[in-house]
Amino acid sequence: MNHLVRASARCLRPASLLWRRAVPVVPVPVVPVGRFLSAATDMQQTLGEMVKKDKVVVFIKGTPAQPMCGFSNAVIQILRMHGVEDYAAYNVLDDQDLRQGIKEFSNWPTIPQVYINSEFLGGCDILLQMHQNGDLVEELNKLGIRSALVEAETESK
Amino acid sequence: MLARVLLCARPVSTNLPVLTRRLAQFTPHMDPGPGGRPVETAIRTKLTDALEPEHLEVHNESHMHAVPPGSESHFRVLVVSPRFDGHSLIQRHRLVNEALREELSSCVHALAIQAKTPTQWGSNPSVAKSPPCMGGSKGDRTVEEKLAAGRE
Repeated sequence: MNHLVRASARCLRPASLLWRRAVPVVPVPVVPVGRFLSAATDMQQTLGEMVKKDKVVVFIKGTPAQPMCGFSNAVIQILRMHGVEDYAAYNVLDDQDLRQGIKEFSNWPTIPQVYINSEFLGGCDILLQMHQNGDLVEELNKLGIRSALVEAETESK
Repeated sequence: MLARVLLCARPVSTNLPVLTRRLAQFTPHMDPGPGGRPVETAIRTKLTDALEPEHLEVHNESHMHAVPPGSESHFRVLVVSPRFDGHSLIQRHRLVNEALREELSSCVHALAIQAKTPTQWGSNPSVAKSPPCMGGSKGDRTVEEKLAAGRE
């Protein structure tokens, strides 16, 4: 049970936060079986909260500073091109429960996965096509995010 | 001393007969291996049955990633089908994912998808290129399990 609580807490913790305990962990009291939620249900609930917490949420392999997958890197680079800096990135390589959970949550078999405004957009291929055909600029616009590419185009005119 | 150094540094002729034998053209990703290409074949069959494509390309890109030679773990598919008319990108990709549900839950680790209507293919007949691998599959337990599943 303890590991479930810790797993859920780990998922909610921002990726950049490094936290070390100075004192030993006090054991959490065991929850009675009748009130016990399955680990999978916990994860689905947590994921539901994670995709709502930020306007742009990505589930990738690695981190934006150090992606561990070419497709995940492509997602990071596209967001960077559009000047999107304020987004949540969750590293599925850190947590196997998260990795499996997000695939079930989105009903999508692969990583990376992109959420905009709590809605699942797709993977790297879809983000790339939306970037190429201008749809991504529109999606960001709806969130009140002005794409850096639009600004660059305006300045050059 | 200088003479000795120059002796060591003198250029050696590379026109020796043993070095001029042309290396065989070895393309490991195209070598089907003793067991054929079962996963690629399954992908091709299932996409054909489910989406009745006018044009279908299935590329095994495993050789571009940190997996052993002969793996069938990373694929790129291009599907051109009138069944995609009226469907959004994500709906099209979900149709492809659904057709390959079994492969994606067992041995296929990565699937890049291009899903076009015949009209879109006609105006832009190009296959996208996958980005370079960043080594994430190496030492990844999930990928190792999938490779083992593919070998069974």
